[in-house]
Amino acid sequence: MDFLAHHILSVVLFTPLVGALLLLFVPRERDAVHRIVGNLFGALGFLVSLPLLRWFKPGWGGFQFEETADWIPSIGAKYHLGIDGISLLLVMLTTFLGMIAILSSWSAIKLRQKEYYILLLLLQVGMIGVFVSLDFFLFYVFWEVMLVPMYFLIGVWGSDRRLYAAIKFFLYTLAGSVVMLLAILALYFYAPVEPGATRTFDIPTLLAAAQTFTDPLKVWLFWGFFFAFAIKVPMFPFHTWLPDAHTEAPTAGSVILAGVLLKMGTYGFIRFSLPLLPADTAMRAKIIHIVIFLSLVGIIYGAIVCLMQKDMKRLIAYSSVSHLGFCTLGIFALNPNGLAGSVLQQINHGISTGALFLIVGVLYERRHTRLISEFGGLATPMPNFAAIYLIVSLSSLGMPLLNGFIGEFTILQGAFQVSKAWAAWGSLGVVLGAAYLLWLYQRVMFGPVTQFANEELPDLNLREYATLVPLVILAFWIGIYPKPFFALIDKPVQEIVHRVNPDFYKAEHANLAAPELQASRVQVK
Amino acid sequence: MDAIRSYLQGDGAVILPEMELVLFGLGILLIDFWIEERDKYLNAVLALAGTLFSGGTLWMLRGRVAASGGVLVGFHESAVVDGFVLFFGALFLASTALVILLSVKFMQIEKEQEGEYYALLLFACVGMMLMASGVDLIVMFLGLETMALSFYVLTGFLRREKRSNEAALKYVLLGAFSSGILAYGFSLLYGLSASTNIGAIGAALGQRNQLVQAILRSQQPGEAGEQMRQLLAARLPVALNFDPFTLQILPMLAFVLVLVGLLFKVAAVPFHQWAPDVYEGAPTPVSAYISIASKTASFALLLRLLLLVFASSQPTWIYLIAGIAIASLTWGNLAALTQTNIKRLLAYSSISHVGYILLGLVGGNETGLIGIAYYLFAYVFMTAGAFAVVIVLRQKGLIGEELEDLNGLYQRSPASAVLLLIFMLSLAGIPPTAGFMGKYFIFLSLIESHHPLLALFAVLYIVPALYYYFRIVAHAWLKQPGEAPQPLMTSAQAIALGVAVFVSLAAGLYPEPFYKLAKYAFGQ
Repeated sequence: MDFLAHHILSVVLFTPLVGALLLLFVPRERDAVHRIVGNLFGALGFLVSLPLLRWFKPGWGGFQFEETADWIPSIGAKYHLGIDGISLLLVMLTTFLGMIAILSSWSAIKLRQKEYYILLLLLQVGMIGVFVSLDFFLFYVFWEVMLVPMYFLIGVWGSDRRLYAAIKFFLYTLAGSVVMLLAILALYFYAPVEPGATRTFDIPTLLAAAQTFTDPLKVWLFWGFFFAFAIKVPMFPFHTWLPDAHTEAPTAGSVILAGVLLKMGTYGFIRFSLPLLPADTAMRAKIIHIVIFLSLVGIIYGAIVCLMQKDMKRLIAYSSVSHLGFCTLGIFALNPNGLAGSVLQQINHGISTGALFLIVGVLYERRHTRLISEFGGLATPMPNFAAIYLIVSLSSLGMPLLNGFIGEFTILQGAFQVSKAWAAWGSLGVVLGAAYLLWLYQRVMFGPVTQFANEELPDLNLREYATLVPLVILAFWIGIYPKPFFALIDKPVQEIVHRVNPDFYKAEHANLAAPELQASRVQVK
Repeated sequence: MDAIRSYLQGDGAVILPEMELVLFGLGILLIDFWIEERDKYLNAVLALAGTLFSGGTLWMLRGRVAASGGVLVGFHESAVVDGFVLFFGALFLASTALVILLSVKFMQIEKEQEGEYYALLLFACVGMMLMASGVDLIVMFLGLETMALSFYVLTGFLRREKRSNEAALKYVLLGAFSSGILAYGFSLLYGLSASTNIGAIGAALGQRNQLVQAILRSQQPGEAGEQMRQLLAARLPVALNFDPFTLQILPMLAFVLVLVGLLFKVAAVPFHQWAPDVYEGAPTPVSAYISIASKTASFALLLRLLLLVFASSQPTWIYLIAGIAIASLTWGNLAALTQTNIKRLLAYSSISHVGYILLGLVGGNETGLIGIAYYLFAYVFMTAGAFAVVIVLRQKGLIGEELEDLNGLYQRSPASAVLLLIFMLSLAGIPPTAGFMGKYFIFLSLIESHHPLLALFAVLYIVPALYYYFRIVAHAWLKQPGEAPQPLMTSAQAIALGVAVFVSLAAGLYPEPFYKLAKYAFGQ
């Protein structure tokens, strides 16, 4: 128990790896064993991450559960792990969605099952690694290494254009991350060290050192990191890999791509890009305006493109562009509401869009098509499915009492505090979101059953309930009582705003004279 | 007996590893007469024993080198043994051993099992080791030619195959041409300094450079120029009549000739045209050998010459090197995109690797040099591995060199497919592999020496590189297998692959000891 307490992050990180290694030794023909072991380790990965929630102290600042060990002492790279509230939520999301994604593959994947489960588990390791690394070298290794299993998941188990989508995904993300490598090296090199001492890749140290850099250097570094994250998120106009990858990937791949992978980009923005913003107001305003502009374009463009799609999966893929636009909008509003809302919205998007992809997967398994025109009137043969799908749609479009509302509302509130125009354009995205999601729902579920093949479709089975119901419960939980989630985020968000935008708190103190304003702000949480 | 012993204490020690290889090579030529067709593998065993023996000697020399202050000098300062020689010598021996292991079955299928093949492999290795250990132009040139001549013969070793003959002819013609250019450069160097010792040449060129600087300054108007004029008039009145530009023409010409000669050997753009044809035509183990060992050896020579002889003019030549590096990266990567023959593809990819290694010279600081050593080290093992997979594919009735031949390799031989993936990741520079660490040091040195734009170019070329490496992976993993038979791996091939994959992964996952090794090569 003591060992577990001190090395909990390593345990969470490497549990899926153990599973993958175990699977390596199971003979190829034993498909059932592969399925069971894969699921077992998916669930185990989630179970071992649960103590994190219990042992985490939301009130403490900084990083918790830190672990350090030497790795490459000559260049100052360490095995250094640690999490704060933001990474805690993202790690939980990863292990949770990982478990569900693995479960969802039970009957969908019939080909080369051994490799499938090995790759899914390896992918988990890479993603968790990105969120828990506190050493740039380690971070970069995880960031890159996770591309390989995803490439194969799309390339082997994807649909028709899988080869194209797989390599496109790989090349796009790689292009961003190699530039980030340079930025990391520059940060490493320019950070002051005592003469004679080895340089360090330690993330907290380097980000603190970055505060002493000149503004032009910070701007260069900012853009160096920016492309990696902007492609990953993806922000308009770097999003073109996303519809292909999400559409062609198998269901579990899409769930993980949308649910977790994209969050690596927003996580990077919060953790690395914000501290690199220049102090000079004019320079900073320029950067912020570019990023916000791209976010708003992404929100609206993504939503409009959704309206035109014929393929359900492609539609949901484009909706990610729109939803992630909200997340970046919140981040670069640079105030506590925007940031906290953004983090929560990242979790929400993982839940809602993950569930939407599962729903498409359910239909695809039954009909082997994703074209909207092939469906219609499914509510008659599949009533329970219809109910769950409706809840998920509403949660994704931001209906009050469901999770999406809390996230989007807090973000828009944060944006409003900075500029009314940002909030207005953002709200337009919410309206359009309702339009495409409800229209999709109407075309697929309502009306008479248009196709003969759809008349006798079986409703959800037990395994499908097991994948969807937990997500629905979470959606309600966040929608009705988000306080425990905000409690986790509040402290790190405050720290970030303090470091990045200290003026905000000064203005806040000045506002203390008008307490009713304060009260209205706090109440929303 | 005493004479031999005392010889081995002095000059003999410096070339002991080479001597052993020569003896083993001669031994192979002798026993080849007696052994029967089915026992021909004994040639390979003997050759392997030779590399091991020589490697052991290198290991023992380590202590002597340390005891004599880091460098062991012999033959009137024409050959040395220092960390640099030990590092590169070990690398050459390792590549030779890998190639021997990979050759046995290949040559058996080709029905060309003559002992000369293995003897030539060893002789080529001797040449390479002399290239690293020579500090005298003559020794260096002899080493280079020993290596090159062995390679010409090895390339054409498949006598009955047209492609092999064509490749050998091309290689001889272009190789002889480049050697001639190099020899001309060497002769100019001798003319400039009246010495063949590279230390002495470097000093002479350095003095010349200082003189030019002094003359240039004396021609400036103002106080400082006047002072320098008086100083020159007092010390060396002739110098006032020299034209500084004319003084620099010969050293520049010598530099360009030497550089061109060596860039031919490492196959840098625009002197790379022979590489794809030779790689394609030569027996695959020989392609691997040319790709890894000959390139590494030529780099060793290049490093010694640039860093000792031309050190004084470094600020000028880095721009030339940078231009060649960018050209190699661009052309190597773009031409590789459309290849359908794996050996040709690897040839173009090796040209782009040359670009990265040259960038380490542009950085030129300690990190850059360590980066070059690390990169070459990684390059040897990952490229050997990639070629090894192609060699494993060579079965009776299947050439296995086309991308199509890889189709469905995963279903036919999962182990080779996994190995192939690891080598491709390493060649592309995806962590945590050896190839990434090599690139890491090169990029860092570019950042440290304030060349951010070059660094940006260099990193972005990883993207097209990944595309063509993953074309190979896609054929092996994602395409359906055709009629092709299941490749069978012999234990010799398995050992070679095992070593290659171990190093490719270990040098990426735990680079610390390998970093120390690379540092040792440059005398720390």
